[in-house]
Amino acid sequence: MSVLRQAGRIAWKDLRIELRSKEIVLTMVFFAALLCVIYSFAFPRDVKAIRGAAPGMLWVALAFTGTIALGRAFDRERENDTMRALLLAPVPRLSVFLGKALAMSALILAVAVVAVPLLALWLNAPLLDFPAELAIVVVLGVIGISLVGSVFAATLLKVRSRDVLLPVILYPLLVPLFVAGTKTTAALVAEVPNLDIAWYWIRFLGVYDAAFLVLSLWTFESLVIE
Amino acid sequence: MTKPASDVPEARLVEGGKLGGDAPDDKARASKGAPVKGSPLGLVLPIMTIVAGIVVAAAAWWVFVKAPVQYGYTADGRLNGSSLFFTQKIFYFHVGHAFMLFAAVGVAGIASAIFLKTRNPKWDDIAAAAVDEAVMFGAAVLVTGSLWAKAAWDVWWNWEPRLTMSLLLWLILVGYALVRKFAGPSADRVAAGMAIFGMVGVPFIYKMVGEDSHPPSGANGVVMNLGTEYKTAFGLSALAFLLWFLVLTIMRVQSTRAEREVRELRERGLDLGVLS
Repeated sequence: MSVLRQAGRIAWKDLRIELRSKEIVLTMVFFAALLCVIYSFAFPRDVKAIRGAAPGMLWVALAFTGTIALGRAFDRERENDTMRALLLAPVPRLSVFLGKALAMSALILAVAVVAVPLLALWLNAPLLDFPAELAIVVVLGVIGISLVGSVFAATLLKVRSRDVLLPVILYPLLVPLFVAGTKTTAALVAEVPNLDIAWYWIRFLGVYDAAFLVLSLWTFESLVIE
Repeated sequence: MTKPASDVPEARLVEGGKLGGDAPDDKARASKGAPVKGSPLGLVLPIMTIVAGIVVAAAAWWVFVKAPVQYGYTADGRLNGSSLFFTQKIFYFHVGHAFMLFAAVGVAGIASAIFLKTRNPKWDDIAAAAVDEAVMFGAAVLVTGSLWAKAAWDVWWNWEPRLTMSLLLWLILVGYALVRKFAGPSADRVAAGMAIFGMVGVPFIYKMVGEDSHPPSGANGVVMNLGTEYKTAFGLSALAFLLWFLVLTIMRVQSTRAEREVRELRERGLDLGVLS
């Protein structure tokens, strides 16, 4: 069985647990919706201001929901010490990591699928003018968050202050990702959309994801094993 | 390291201890009486400290006495009288500190990678020490940069690309320091991961910040066409801060190492029932 198929099985295991309880998806989607409501009161609602602020709103929402979802998903592995079982399973640790990251990406994407239309609807933001480009950048961003996030959420599994430390670790490391995501989205929702700029930052995100994929694969095992 | 354990009680302590199966390197270190004195850096440090002191003093003299006061020139050579003058002296300290900030990110990243690979805590000490110093140096970069921005562009902070980059690197280092302090027993692993990821992220931050440079930064014009006196002052102060950084880092490594050794000895003592 290849590494990728094993990764797929591990991801499917996580997603099946989630499909049964729906705990993370439901709470995160609700959380994202609440954020959108707070945004609509916290920021001026005229079209010009929204064009400027909407990209940031979207990526802040992804950052917040991403870290909370990561923390909760890995808590599940901690509660019955199943992370140890996973690491002992006769599969390469690469597939454990890839499976985890894949499942996390799916969960955060599920939130994005709800948050983007909500932002567009409530704030009247032109987020859906370039659906393909926006989808690409959101997917790339979510993959990046999940990759780096899974490494550190797994590493922090046994640390008591993990809920506080996860964002402390992730946000400084993910600044380039958030900036690239915001810049792409800003170029797409601008009054005069600029696809060149959008694609520049999409490529940037692609390289970023590739670099951190390699790094995560390389470090995951030595970081997680005590 | 291979010095035979001469004092009997300590040798027995190691041999009879429950932790006797540790790495040989560990044993050898634990069996030595005064670890810090015995370190190969024992003599280097005092000499380096003196040299660093002299160079720092020389740099200060050169910066404040020898180097003329800089009249601000704009990029096209016009005298930009209102802005810089004495404030330009900040430059010598600001850039020297910034170099060390960047160096520390590299040192911490590489040392952490070796630590993860070998699990030898020696390398972790180096990473931790470098980051500790870099947090202070980075704070100096940000404060002096802010003062510079106020003098040159009349704002305290204008997201000038290099200053932004310093801020972002500094945030990673502060995060590292927080992890070290609050992540409990696995702090070394988590922090090592953060240092490695941070180092790999540097080119991305660099690229990102470069693309995002909105305010016109006059610094290029000012910095690049310096006369010889300025250059000497700059070189001296950069060297001074390099030495200063090295001295501080070595001291920090030694104190961290001594702390760990005391802790390990104490654990052994507790295991044996010698200590209570």
